[in-house]
Amino acid sequence: MHSNGFFLSDVAGFLGGYYTVLAVMNGVAALLMWRRQSRTVWAAVWAAYAGAMMILASLALSGSASMVPVLPLAIRNLVNDLSGPVLYTLGTTAFLVLLFVFRKFFVQPMVAWSIFNISLLLLGLSMADENFAAIVMKPDNVPIVGLVFLLAFFTWVATKQAVVNDERIRQGLPVMEKVNDEKVLVWPDLVYTELICMVGVAALLLVWAIFLPAPLEEPASSVKTPNPSKAPWYFLGLQEMLVYFDPWYAGVVLPSLVVFGLMAMPYLDFNKKGNGYYSIEERKFSYLVWQFGFFELWITLIILGTFLRGPNWNFFGPFEFWTPYKVEVLNNVDLPQMFWVQWLNQPLPRAPQGAGLLTQIGFILLREAPGLLVMGAYLVLLPPLMAITIFRGFFAKMGFIRYMIMSNLMLLMLTLPLKMVLRWTLNLKYIISIPEFSLNF
Amino acid sequence: MAIGETIRNSQIWKSIFRHPMPLDRRNRIVVMLTNFFLHLHPVSIKKQGIALSFTWCMGGVTFFLFLVETVTGVLLMFYYRPTLEWAYNDILALRDVTSLGILRELHRWGAHAMVITTWLHMYRVFLTGSYKPPREFNWVIGVILLLLTLLLSFTGYLLPWDQLAIWAITVGSNMARATPILGYEGPGQQLLTIGGIDMITDGSDARFGLLGARFVGEETLNRFYVLHCIAIPLAVALLLAIHFWRVRKDGGISGPL
Repeated sequence: MHSNGFFLSDVAGFLGGYYTVLAVMNGVAALLMWRRQSRTVWAAVWAAYAGAMMILASLALSGSASMVPVLPLAIRNLVNDLSGPVLYTLGTTAFLVLLFVFRKFFVQPMVAWSIFNISLLLLGLSMADENFAAIVMKPDNVPIVGLVFLLAFFTWVATKQAVVNDERIRQGLPVMEKVNDEKVLVWPDLVYTELICMVGVAALLLVWAIFLPAPLEEPASSVKTPNPSKAPWYFLGLQEMLVYFDPWYAGVVLPSLVVFGLMAMPYLDFNKKGNGYYSIEERKFSYLVWQFGFFELWITLIILGTFLRGPNWNFFGPFEFWTPYKVEVLNNVDLPQMFWVQWLNQPLPRAPQGAGLLTQIGFILLREAPGLLVMGAYLVLLPPLMAITIFRGFFAKMGFIRYMIMSNLMLLMLTLPLKMVLRWTLNLKYIISIPEFSLNF
Repeated sequence: MAIGETIRNSQIWKSIFRHPMPLDRRNRIVVMLTNFFLHLHPVSIKKQGIALSFTWCMGGVTFFLFLVETVTGVLLMFYYRPTLEWAYNDILALRDVTSLGILRELHRWGAHAMVITTWLHMYRVFLTGSYKPPREFNWVIGVILLLLTLLLSFTGYLLPWDQLAIWAITVGSNMARATPILGYEGPGQQLLTIGGIDMITDGSDARFGLLGARFVGEETLNRFYVLHCIAIPLAVALLLAIHFWRVRKDGGISGPL
């Protein structure tokens, strides 16, 4: 798919500017390291890198499509072959865990700057791939690229301060926010900051609006269904959940629970520490639950749903062409089927012909007994069990109602990753499957 | 200089600004108390509380984007007609013919940016533990504002009336069809059957309430237009006022005790 000269001449101009910006950025960084910090060696390294970016920029602008720097085809094919929902989820999880565990290493400015530059370079090299660019450069997808970099940046800003504060708390020193607590007048110190922010945001928005036209496709037609049909990008995490759950749960109940859980959060978090300053150690539990929900169950699913789900909601590698003819084997089985047919070797329990409603319901309950028992145990037995084991301290401090709400919210939140794992390992479709009442779980 | 002095000494100027320029300490305090637009702020603040590394300025940026959306939105309303006949053509004209058609770009990218800055604002509030007492209730208001921001963006998504618009709204609103009990494909909808008559049909369920029709059509366009331009912005404006008021009443920007 890589011989299209029109595409490359289009994207070459963009990449030329992109690499020039990277070169200038690193040139300035090198200058600052040299003059302000006297780190001559590092300054030389980043100056050399800036030079390399300049070379990439001139290659991109050379006028010859074949000169535009691009990730080697072998690597792109390897990434395509390796990637899939399982590896994507496990990979992002492992990456986030790594960042968390070794946060003291990753927050060092030089390390963070290197990672930032590597990801920008990889993005540039990938943009020269036609299939990659086709998806990433869709106007409505551009904000997500911005979101990813902004999140990475602000997570770094926050974690850096948290690491410093945690170390100070360990040594018995006041947190940094406390050290710096002299008072200043709001005019001029705050109102001018606000003014500069407003001008900055307005300028950014204007540049964005000038260079990226808003999308406008063909006129609406209720008979021509596009494939794939996607919700707006901020809801694509929910749409991705539809792979694992029916719409009543993924599209209605889970989002409602997210909103309810967010609202309930300040009333469930009884930890008084960590109020008004960055800290991780002082509130590790709530920190981890939040980051898991925000990054694992929201952001990575949005990225997956936007960039990696193509026609028929099939998974496509980042450099793969979105063909509607890709076939994926669907051999998922419901739990009752697994239990009665595959394990006990007998047909599914079914009410005799012409049976009354109650008899029918009885047979349905019998058929679904394995799933109902599993879910009952999960939601009814686990909370008290956890209250006397791992959450003993929590239960004592929170009281019955608050503890039950928290433990149930957490268990319901975990249904998503658990269902993912069950799908990947056992090909499990539904744990409970009552199509008679449109109740599949 | 003389002209400037004359203006500042005129009755008109003095009737608007009740005090001299905020150049000395006294007037810098007075300006915060006497100016309507500034009185949202305290007079003085901890230096830490305005450090960008601490606040990220994301709440302020979100509010600024809301103002940008309001201004560009009102201007676009002068031009755009929410009917099947004109909706798409008006947007097409904004793209191809109209001067200042860039207002649509500003409005759309501003909306995307607002969703992102809202998330970043909440992320900062979480990471600094600022939802903890006494700010619990303001966090709850913030969550509702998040929901309304997403709904604003979602209802606006339909208005260009192109393929992208109606299919995104179709996919998004199909969920409502599966609402437990209240959606006609949802679990338990059979419970609302009275005397053998199904109360929940595709013409009376939650999705119908959202769309005003059985599919995304002209009724939906009208409904989303009114929600997008009037109903939700009014609700947001009210909640924003409470949100800001509570920031002050709950002790200003958070900091270590």
